[in-house]
Amino acid sequence: MPIAFGRPVVTIRLWGGRVSCHLDLRATSVSAAVLTLCLLVVAVSLMSGAYPASMTEVATALLGRGEEMVMMIVREWRLPRVLLALLFGGALGMSGAIFQSLTRNPLGSPDVIGFAAGSHTGALVVILLLSGGYYETALGALVGGIVTALAVYLLAFRRGVDGFRLIVVGIGVAAMLGAFNAWMIRKADLQVAMSAAVWAAGSLDGLGFEQVMSTVVMLCLAVPPALRLSRPMRQLEMGDDVAMASGVAAGRVRLCLLILGVALTAIVTAAAGPIAFIALAAPQIARRLTRSAGLGLITSALTGALLLVVADWAAQHAFAVHLPVGVMTVSIGGLYFLWLIIREGCK
Amino acid sequence: MKNLPAAVEMCCLRSATRAAVVPSAAWLVFGLLLVLFLATGSLLIGVRPVALPVALDALFSYDPGLPDHLVIRGYRLPRTLLAILCGAAFGVSGALIQAATRNPLADPGILGVNAGAAFFVTLAVGVLGWRSIEASLWSAFLGAIVVTLMVQALGMVGRIGATPLRLVLAGVALSAVLGGLGSAVTLLDPASFDALRQWSVGSVAGRDMQVVLAVAPFIGAGLVVALAAARPLNAVALGEELARSLGADVLKARILVVIAVTLLAGAATAAAGPIGFVGLMVPHAVRWFVGPDQRWIVVLTMIFSPVLLLAADIAGRIVVRPGEVEAGIVTAFLGAPVLILLARRRKAGGL
Repeated sequence: MPIAFGRPVVTIRLWGGRVSCHLDLRATSVSAAVLTLCLLVVAVSLMSGAYPASMTEVATALLGRGEEMVMMIVREWRLPRVLLALLFGGALGMSGAIFQSLTRNPLGSPDVIGFAAGSHTGALVVILLLSGGYYETALGALVGGIVTALAVYLLAFRRGVDGFRLIVVGIGVAAMLGAFNAWMIRKADLQVAMSAAVWAAGSLDGLGFEQVMSTVVMLCLAVPPALRLSRPMRQLEMGDDVAMASGVAAGRVRLCLLILGVALTAIVTAAAGPIAFIALAAPQIARRLTRSAGLGLITSALTGALLLVVADWAAQHAFAVHLPVGVMTVSIGGLYFLWLIIREGCK
Repeated sequence: MKNLPAAVEMCCLRSATRAAVVPSAAWLVFGLLLVLFLATGSLLIGVRPVALPVALDALFSYDPGLPDHLVIRGYRLPRTLLAILCGAAFGVSGALIQAATRNPLADPGILGVNAGAAFFVTLAVGVLGWRSIEASLWSAFLGAIVVTLMVQALGMVGRIGATPLRLVLAGVALSAVLGGLGSAVTLLDPASFDALRQWSVGSVAGRDMQVVLAVAPFIGAGLVVALAAARPLNAVALGEELARSLGADVLKARILVVIAVTLLAGAATAAAGPIGFVGLMVPHAVRWFVGPDQRWIVVLTMIFSPVLLLAADIAGRIVVRPGEVEAGIVTAFLGAPVLILLARRRKAGGL
């Protein structure tokens, strides 16, 4: 047996050591591999559809040359959807990693503080009672989710927020809203209830470049601070006392991370509905791929992006019927996750 | 307490339980009285109110010619019994699963019970076209058992064995897969969507005595197994390695928990639908009152879960008279504020 000297790490120094960083070799290679896979799936997605395009056709269309029709199909229809799948998947994966780290619980996700239940309630109220359209539903979901998350935080606040109390209060509020949602769906007209269920499954249908631009802007606001906080986040995992002893303002960091985590999910929910399971599965899958002890934000985000582009491709093309992408994310992500758990046991 | 040496920790646990014995016993008596009181109320209250003497007559000298007797015997008695049985089953399975996985977010559904039941109900309606109550009862029961066993098998694959974390994650993953497949079926088939939305609300109303008699043996057996599992679970609470070094049979405890949870949650979910919140909430609340001893937690959860479900069922009949709100919905609305208040008042106790 060779002696293991910990994880292989390379130190990079730039400008005479003024900027330096450690690169975990395994995390880096996994990230590179996942990114390559992402790009492959993106290429396949751009090629496949009712009008199949070849690799060269796609490439020329992307460069702005080639036939008018191919350009329109590839650039106007398929590209924004694939980009959104990447961005949304990444945002969800990162948000999941933040929440699982904060709650120190592999079941942690923005749902823990009631975001999912609240946004579902908001959307249901808009769809069932106000019979609103796409934008009204998005707004309703956003308002519902944020108000619920805020309510949970405030209800759990008592001289600081203790992680366990936050979880319990979140369970309570989410259960109430969940019951209310089930009741509204039960009372509603069958057709309307089914259209609400399609929203609740999450879907990328009908999204265009407009949404890509706004998503990019919002992600630019949310992602850099999250990455900056990733180190104090790791220290918080060791407990508040240890973190504070090493100079982390535990309360403030936790609040910032909560806000960022909710924001990342909110961006997705507003545009595409609650795409389930990525926030839950991506960090855990990434952790198993990188064989690390903690949850990496970047690897989780990349894994989430890969999950969502694969799921979106499958939802559109794998079956005779066109399914909402949320249905596919749970199936594909769940199966892969199961396989990982089994393989982990066999080692 | 995590960093204290084991001996100190055991001492703390022991003295805490000893100091708490008297109040725990008092809670037990109080809970039993509450169950009796609410069960009586559940027989009397409804769209057609019945006087207490008439209700007693219906129970002990039944006359099928009287409409009041018919209401009590055919409708309210099975409903009350079902609320008691299913309440106890949901609550105790929640307590066991939280203790065994040491996860406060774990509910009876975490090992795949709800997902399995819902998936099989969807299949029964959507694919096979069965539409009777009995069909959904038995398909739900079958689904709950099959999927729970599958989760166990998946969690146990390999040399590491079934650690709590792997069980929970396997349950979540398999539930997600089944949920995805199920919603693919329901989104394409309005009939099964309709059946599933009725089922997923959760209610104890409208089931006859047959249903009660069908699930009672399973729940009874599950409760006995649960009581046997409570003692070894105290050791499991200290962590796997520590429990083993203290001589506790961790594997046996875990197998008992799995058997109990499958029987209890499977039968209760089949009879009443997914009223999972009882199993999440009551053990948390009870733990704050009696401390960390699993024996007391299991016994008191067995008493106080029916209290919550009976109260929810009765409240559901009163709120929107002459209509009714299903117990599954009222449970969350009654239970959640209590849970939040407790979480704010007490010093939150970890698992």
